[in-house]
Amino acid sequence: MDAFGKGRPALIVYLMAGYPDRDTSLESLRAAARGGADVIELGVPYGDPLADGPVIAEAAKVAREQEGGFGLVHALQVAEVFGADPGVEEAPPVVVMTYLNPLMRLGLPAAAERMRDAGIAGVIVPDMPPEAAASWKRVSGGIDTVFLAAPTSTDERLAIVAAASEGFVYCVSSTGITGERDTLALGLADQVERIRAHTTLPVAVGFGVSTPEQAAQVAAIADGVIVGSAIVKRQHDPDQVERFVHQLSEAVSG
Amino acid sequence: MSDVLLPSAEMAYSTPDAQGFYGPYGGTFVPETVIPALNELAAAYEAALADPAFLEELVYLLRDYVGRPSPLYRADRLAAAVGLGAVYLKREDLNHTGAHKINNTIGQCLLAKRMGKERVIAETGAGQHGVATATTAALMGLECAVFMGTEDIRRQALNVYKMRLLGAEVVPVAEGTGTLADAVTAALRHWVERVEDTFYVIGSAVGPHPYPRMVRDFQSVIGSEIIGQLAEKSIDHVDAVIACVGGGSNAIGTFHPFLRDVPADGRPLMIGAEAAGLGIETDKHGAALTKGSPGVLHGFYSYLLQDDAGNPLEAYSISAGLDYPGVGPEHSFLKDEGLVRYESVTDAEALEAFALLTRTEGIIPAIESSHALALLPRLAEELGPDAVVVVTVSGRGDKDMDIVREAGLGG
Repeated sequence: MDAFGKGRPALIVYLMAGYPDRDTSLESLRAAARGGADVIELGVPYGDPLADGPVIAEAAKVAREQEGGFGLVHALQVAEVFGADPGVEEAPPVVVMTYLNPLMRLGLPAAAERMRDAGIAGVIVPDMPPEAAASWKRVSGGIDTVFLAAPTSTDERLAIVAAASEGFVYCVSSTGITGERDTLALGLADQVERIRAHTTLPVAVGFGVSTPEQAAQVAAIADGVIVGSAIVKRQHDPDQVERFVHQLSEAVSG
Repeated sequence: MSDVLLPSAEMAYSTPDAQGFYGPYGGTFVPETVIPALNELAAAYEAALADPAFLEELVYLLRDYVGRPSPLYRADRLAAAVGLGAVYLKREDLNHTGAHKINNTIGQCLLAKRMGKERVIAETGAGQHGVATATTAALMGLECAVFMGTEDIRRQALNVYKMRLLGAEVVPVAEGTGTLADAVTAALRHWVERVEDTFYVIGSAVGPHPYPRMVRDFQSVIGSEIIGQLAEKSIDHVDAVIACVGGGSNAIGTFHPFLRDVPADGRPLMIGAEAAGLGIETDKHGAALTKGSPGVLHGFYSYLLQDDAGNPLEAYSISAGLDYPGVGPEHSFLKDEGLVRYESVTDAEALEAFALLTRTEGIIPAIESSHALALLPRLAEELGPDAVVVVTVSGRGDKDMDIVREAGLGG
């Protein structure tokens, strides 16, 4: 993904599609682009978010409760509109984060086709481990599939995850669900190095990164910094999103 | 393992495969954080199965602590009332803690200890699995936390009190409808956080591999005993074997030995009863096999109640143990293969069956089990007045007294 080739760590900003409503979430995407996000990770609202903490789970719930519901198809529509008019000169790539069942419900080939149409650069599916990804990989041409590496992953599993990943490897900073943490996990630098031993892809760190200070710390050891819950908390006000993303961007750029 | 193994001329029934798939169902669809733990668990389970000392302790505890074998009781007054030749009740309600759940918690907690874990967590709907886990944890000196929906905490106050007495922490789950599915999600999320020191005791034949197989194996004592007890009673033919299905652990434990050990041409008709709630034509039911479609929930692929966007739908049943939007993957496979038939039973039919067993035999069943009992009149019509039927009474009804009283039973 080109976003990692800028000679500095990339800032990846997670936004929940459809939260608090469709139009405001679209404005937040534009605000994040203006604020300096290098990649936008667009969350698909889902009713059983196993890997997500309370902030993201609650945002998903609010988004889904809109009239007519809000799911993968609607999220892709938001991404498509954003791609056509990002509010900046060049739209940052959009990586969709969804759980597996919404993809399967739409049908994997149809989901991939719609993603390509919407200009989606990649997908992250936290409940689809590499071993379960064969059907998706057969149809996902043109869309990078990013897999997660966890602190609990053995070297054997890191090799599997790294070999299956495209675009970048998502390094989960600590065991547990998404959400803000006071301090970053000990051993994070070691974990990033363990992943790098298995791949030449960029390694981006997420889960628990919530302040510009933490973002700067992560930027010192990784190729990308992913900030989620701390952004979603500000999503009711796109101006706040832009200001906060700008702070994070400066912190990451050093 | 079984002394009634009858090699079939047909292909032996052997599922799941090494990746935990029953046909297309099952598998492992979970965040990477818990994949190493599941791999470790699968390896530890295989090693335990190959260790005579583990199996010996399991058999000892099932006999001397749980009270196995549970009786296979010939319920003549019930049979006469429903118009069948004979009805045999497999009395899992007579187990210690009052349900089949303890067969599984004994097995899983023994495994947890073997793996060196000092802390177990569980989810519970009706409370029976929570009580069984808390009981087993007390027996084995393990720390225990049980996740339970707030609505179920309200419906099953007595079981909540028992779990606390047994030393377990009951963790309320207010998300969603505050029922079993939400408790499973909360427990899985907690497990993701505490995977290094915590063993997750899943309460039904659901979840990522190897849980569905492990739970099935621990519950298969039910069906194996039925086959042995029928032989002891010199009953060489049974027309049907029935059990209720939520996640489906007592049902798969009942059916699996028949599938595994009995040649296809000698097998009884097997029927699983799932919750039709207020009716499968309404949106208030838990009939995943009858009205659902395949999808992924809680780490496995199976029939599931879901909306057009792939979100799990709320399940409903008068019984807290059956209002789960999914079903164990082996049941999905058995349905598609036509090896087991699945029918749905409404709240009202279950209550009627509850009252009938209580009045004819002096046995007060769980409302979950009453769903299976409600199939008896239908079977009498289908199979005729001479038919012989076995029903697994998965648990006793003490926990359901408030619910049946609210429903107006007993006057």
